[in-house]
Amino acid sequence: MANGMTVAEKIFSSKCGRTIRAGDVVMAGIDAAMIHDITGPLAITQFWEMGGERVFDPEKIILLFDHQIPADSIPAAKNHVMMRAFAEEQGIKNYDLREGVCHQVALEKGRVAPGDIVVGSDSHTCMYGAVGAFATGIGSTDMGFALKYGALYFRVPETIRVDAFGTFGKRVGPKDLILRMAGDIGADGATYRALEFGGSAFTSMNMAGRMTCANMAIEMGGKAGIVPPDAVTMEYLKDRGSFDPIDIAPDSDATYLEKRGYDVSDLSPQVAIPHNVDNVAPVEEVAGRKVDQVFIGSCTNGRFEDMQEAAEVLGNESFSEKLRVIIIPASRDEYLKTLRAGLIERFVEAGALVEAPCCGPCMGGAFGLLAPGEVSLSTSNRNFRGRQGSAEAEVYLCSPATAAASALYGEITDPREV
Amino acid sequence: MRVWKFGNDIDTDAIIPGRFLTIYDEKELATHAFEGTRDEFSKMAKEGDIIVAGRNFGCGSSREHAPLAIRGAGVRVIIAESFARIFYRNAINTGLLPVTSSAAKEIQDGAVISVDTAEGYIESDGKRYPIDPVPAFLLEIIRAGGLVEYARAHPEVKTCTE
Repeated sequence: MANGMTVAEKIFSSKCGRTIRAGDVVMAGIDAAMIHDITGPLAITQFWEMGGERVFDPEKIILLFDHQIPADSIPAAKNHVMMRAFAEEQGIKNYDLREGVCHQVALEKGRVAPGDIVVGSDSHTCMYGAVGAFATGIGSTDMGFALKYGALYFRVPETIRVDAFGTFGKRVGPKDLILRMAGDIGADGATYRALEFGGSAFTSMNMAGRMTCANMAIEMGGKAGIVPPDAVTMEYLKDRGSFDPIDIAPDSDATYLEKRGYDVSDLSPQVAIPHNVDNVAPVEEVAGRKVDQVFIGSCTNGRFEDMQEAAEVLGNESFSEKLRVIIIPASRDEYLKTLRAGLIERFVEAGALVEAPCCGPCMGGAFGLLAPGEVSLSTSNRNFRGRQGSAEAEVYLCSPATAAASALYGEITDPREV
Repeated sequence: MRVWKFGNDIDTDAIIPGRFLTIYDEKELATHAFEGTRDEFSKMAKEGDIIVAGRNFGCGSSREHAPLAIRGAGVRVIIAESFARIFYRNAINTGLLPVTSSAAKEIQDGAVISVDTAEGYIESDGKRYPIDPVPAFLLEIIRAGGLVEYARAHPEVKTCTE
């Protein structure tokens, strides 16, 4: 049997100072903990219930509001007030509603380093795997525990290795790859497992694309989705803080539960069909379906690169008046980049509503809700029944390019044919 | 107790839609449990009823509102072929017992069954099905009465470096 280690095993071994293997259960210290306005209030309540007085380390807590901002209801406003008071009392930096979607902000503010163990009370916390962290979503009670002790029980997961090779075709990209993977692996195919991403398609992928892929590990049930850190990672991090070098590259003889390979060169744009993320088809098979609302944004696809991808497809055209287009850059930084590049002006000219950074319609509560019978095409991560409003509505998932192409015609459209 | 049978991949948006997430009271959450996808649940579920489901129950969001909404409806045990990871832990942490068992495939909606967690079996229609064992470290939390009680009993925790 091979003796090598996966990235996940290396991170836990490094943290514990001894060899830790998949299947081991460890109480591991955490390097950062993220709470937001939906799950944060209950986490704080549980922290108090547990007898918590001071958080383990205020510097390691990432606190902000992104799901219901500006407050969309009086209960939401009260949650914000409660969390502001907690941040103040505990000496935690509060990004409040200024910065944007939690996962994007955590990475761009340099709050997560390669080799870190990070928890967040949001399922898409796995996105921090894009910088080579072991990051996973937890519930509020687990978060209360983490806030108190700075540690949590982890069962170190077995790993599924996914290597992707080749070069993406025109208007095909990381979102299409991760949707295809979700289709192949299934909504529970990676439950209790880590996904480790590699191969030339990943080593040549920019950080925005890596974030899109790591973000969606949870849609296969994954506990983490990790891209081993490399020069691209370090370039992204260099102006965001000082990070100690750490060797967590997987060993060539690491033990994997399963290995999968992709050639992205012949990949079509992919679409997840209602109501499951693993119900994935090439865009050709669903082209022509009428759409009422297009959403371009979210932690999955709300970065400047995603905005560029949409703008490139849009060109000098206008969006169809048969539907509504909502565009939301994921953070203030991404919004500013989009603004300075002139893309926000272009989107508004074309007929889109451009909103301030937040989770937007993906949250299914704040705004942008769907009526019964309506269809949404979204660059976000979930198309569950009722996710964006009525349980009688439908949500399709796709890339920013496919979303923009479809927004031009009011129906699902292959971006390669625009 | 009456069985509420569900299929595969029941996600947390189905259990409690996003628009109700400012609610934290389990009784109030329960009035919206499965709203839009199975409206009769919140109206008719009774104390002690049991949810039986297929694969990947509770997939999706980390919202603890989901196990709270189910608990608030009076359910204490969920039997499934498998659970999504975050939901499984949240359920244990909120005092809802998630068990995996071969019974999940066999038992039909509306069946009346009993669950003996001490002896580790489910009885339905005169047949007994074993409950799969719970991982040891989680048993410790369950025995303590949940993670809050576990934490109260442990002013310090020992991490893997110690």
